[in-house]
Amino acid sequence: MLRGFTSGLNGSHLEAGQVQLKIEDVQLDFGGVTALIGVSLEVRQSEIYAIIGPNGAGKTSLLNCISGLYHPQKGHIYYKNGSQHDLTRLRPHQIAHLGIARSFQNIELFKHMTVLDNLLSGCHIHMKSNLFSSMVYWGAAQREQIQFRRFVEDIIDLLEIEAIRGQTVGSLAYGLQKRVELGRALALRPSILLLDEPMAGMNSEEKEDMARFILDINEEHGVTVILIEHDMGVVMDISDRIAVLNFGQKIGEGTPEEVSANPHVVEAYLGEDHVTLPSRDGDDDDESKEG
Amino acid sequence: MPETLPQFLFEHAQKTPDKIALRERDYGIWQSISWREYATHVKYFALGLVSMGLVPEETIAIIGDNRPEWAMAELAAQSAGAKSIGLYQDSVVTEMVYIFNHADVSFVVVEDQEQVDKILEMWGELKGVRKVIYYDPKGLRNYTEEFLVYFPDVETLGRKYEQEHPGWFEENLANGKASDLAILSTTSGTTGNPKLAMLTHKSMISMGRNLMSVDPMMAADEFVSFLPLSWIGEQMMCMSCGLQVGYTVNFPEEPETVQHDIREIGPRVMFSPPRIWENFVSQVQVKIEDTSWLKKWIYNRAMPVGYKMADAHFRKETPSAWLKFQYFLADWMVFQEIKDHLGLRHLKRAYTGGAALGPDVFRFFHALGVNLKQIYGQTEINGIAVVHRDGDVKFQTVGTPIPETEIKIAENGEILMRSPAVMEGYYRNPEATAESLIDGWLCSGDAGYFDEDGHLVVIDRAKDVMTLHDGTKFSPQFIENKLKFSPYVKEAVIFGGDWPFVTAMINIDFSNVGKWAENHQIAYTTYTDLAQKPPVYEIIRKHVEASNADLPPAARIQRFVLLHKELDADDAELTRTRKVRRKLVAQRYADIISALYSQNPHVDVETVITYQDGRTAKLQTRLAIESLGKDK
Repeated sequence: MLRGFTSGLNGSHLEAGQVQLKIEDVQLDFGGVTALIGVSLEVRQSEIYAIIGPNGAGKTSLLNCISGLYHPQKGHIYYKNGSQHDLTRLRPHQIAHLGIARSFQNIELFKHMTVLDNLLSGCHIHMKSNLFSSMVYWGAAQREQIQFRRFVEDIIDLLEIEAIRGQTVGSLAYGLQKRVELGRALALRPSILLLDEPMAGMNSEEKEDMARFILDINEEHGVTVILIEHDMGVVMDISDRIAVLNFGQKIGEGTPEEVSANPHVVEAYLGEDHVTLPSRDGDDDDESKEG
Repeated sequence: MPETLPQFLFEHAQKTPDKIALRERDYGIWQSISWREYATHVKYFALGLVSMGLVPEETIAIIGDNRPEWAMAELAAQSAGAKSIGLYQDSVVTEMVYIFNHADVSFVVVEDQEQVDKILEMWGELKGVRKVIYYDPKGLRNYTEEFLVYFPDVETLGRKYEQEHPGWFEENLANGKASDLAILSTTSGTTGNPKLAMLTHKSMISMGRNLMSVDPMMAADEFVSFLPLSWIGEQMMCMSCGLQVGYTVNFPEEPETVQHDIREIGPRVMFSPPRIWENFVSQVQVKIEDTSWLKKWIYNRAMPVGYKMADAHFRKETPSAWLKFQYFLADWMVFQEIKDHLGLRHLKRAYTGGAALGPDVFRFFHALGVNLKQIYGQTEINGIAVVHRDGDVKFQTVGTPIPETEIKIAENGEILMRSPAVMEGYYRNPEATAESLIDGWLCSGDAGYFDEDGHLVVIDRAKDVMTLHDGTKFSPQFIENKLKFSPYVKEAVIFGGDWPFVTAMINIDFSNVGKWAENHQIAYTTYTDLAQKPPVYEIIRKHVEASNADLPPAARIQRFVLLHKELDADDAELTRTRKVRRKLVAQRYADIISALYSQNPHVDVETVITYQDGRTAKLQTRLAIESLGKDK
């Protein structure tokens, strides 16, 4: 009858509101193409920070710079977790060790493993037992494994995937796979969670669920979330602050209200006929058909 | 001899403290609670409630999935001398407000944030509720309302209260009398507000005792509790039977994992309404449809053998040695496997009740060797009054009365029942009580008769029985159940009483028909779209024709329509136990019904949809009407 979480999902020890990630004047070129030009921004502990912009604006490039898949030619990315780190030249696995977890636009899971095993694989970064003691599976190694399982069960509970824990990921519906991928990122016990289009391709009900999970992770556990998302309704609903990119440049930043009132942003991204908050036409169409 | 349900609990805690009383699957593992732990939780939760001011006249309401805390809260209320009432989780707000205010609810025990939010929404309208107690704290950390209390904190209050009042609990527990009210149980009224049946400890205990004198259960048995605990059937199995005999009650992890969890436990006894059994049948049919030709071939050889065996049992004939041998093979190759997959392999007995189960479903389970028996009863008589005896199952009857139960048929054909399990009356509703309880006899509102073997036959709700154009009386439910045997038919409503012929409104089963459509490369977008595909009409038509073949000519369906939306309890079209509210459906779909009795090949319907943000939109849909046979 233990209810609630036994362990926090948040890997960060900063106070809410402190600057956690600082991007300074980052420039990223691919040969002659410039993906990012002089982008600077700050993300604070325990906020949901959205990056929006039209296709090709450089959103995913920026996320890839943070997680170390790309290395910017100019500028710096600083990250604070107890001590200050410069992420600019670090490799992806080093960045993951520092507590930055991410999900991908295209699902990157082990398709032939079960949901449970996929989630447990996310814990391995915290594994202390070596190959030999794991093979013997006795004492500390066993205790560690039990502890991981317990932790992963909290994630399963949070994301409401109890019914599929034993199924192979490849056999699941797309929306559920997305959820599992979020779960695996959480299994790292991240300080910052990077989500690249967590709701792409979902129907309105799945989107609503996903939005609720992201809010739970953020509000209940205080995990900082940086997300890229195209569904403006969702972005406006859940984000604390939003950065708008266009052609590799940051053209606006602020709260959802500020961003949707910013004329540059409105023109570049939301369209000229945009009036107040963007409507959620797409969703309504889906619902009306179900009627 | 214990007189109340909590007294039974504490007797078990004393005699077999370490035996497992409850199990709940949590974190993917079955977690056990012994009788001692169970009793301890109940004791301190009860004391906590008392310290917060619970008095015997009050009621505590419980809303949530089936969890140990649900049962503990109920028994805690009872051991403090109060009573409990369970509410369905999906009840609409107005209904909940009515029950809270009408039933003198002072404490509400809820599961999680979802229910807390619902209560907060109606808080201004609640008259007597003082505290809301939750047991799953997730998401509730930032709620500041002072009337919200966490379940374990109530137990802590209880421990403190015991130090100040040592011995109070034991004394109060011993003072409990059989005539005290144990629970209020909501009855699914077909119109207006629900009525609350008052059930005493005596009536609840007598029902379980009498049932078990027919069908003995043992302390070593396993039961999986997955239907709402606010339903009388679940109260009966978890509380009345469970506490008297002391078997283990298992709670699934989540509603979505029920099937899996049933399979892991392998229950020895089950009681479910027809839809669960119908669902099992659909699952088997759909899976067989999807399997390899060899398995299909074997299945198609095995089933007739099973049916032959079942029919022999129904006729009480001794099966021939050859049939026995065939059945042995079929059982070994097919039936054991199917039962294993459904989690029914260890079942000693299974009951169905709440509504009529179609004969086809009955035969199906008996063919598999599942001892499925019909029960008949009502909330007002604690769920069970009549049951099939082992080896004396007739699927058109509901069996014979359990001990201490008298049944007679009134002059108008209504079934009247009298037993110690009959309710005291409806809570604060003397008019309704006077209508249902006459000289100790409970008027069931069902029409029925006794057959030559002394079995009770229930025709239907008396007011639902229809007179066909040739004068014969017929139960629409019977035809509906025949239709629902098809995995593609989720719900069906039959019309015909006041009309020249019989017609049907049918809800397709979205997941099964959807799967079928995928397999046959039929693209569809929504429920409405799928329901209106000509191939879907074609396949449903085949099922309608097949069920027509078994019916007398006057009762055959001449025209049917596939509805554009599923009948929904949220729209009050079904009761919470998924029975069709005929009157309301007939009113709401009057246009469609009159089209069914016209020559039109289709009907236009307009539906108003309310979005969650309050906006509404109108939708126009054209529904095809299919005619069968000569009347085309």
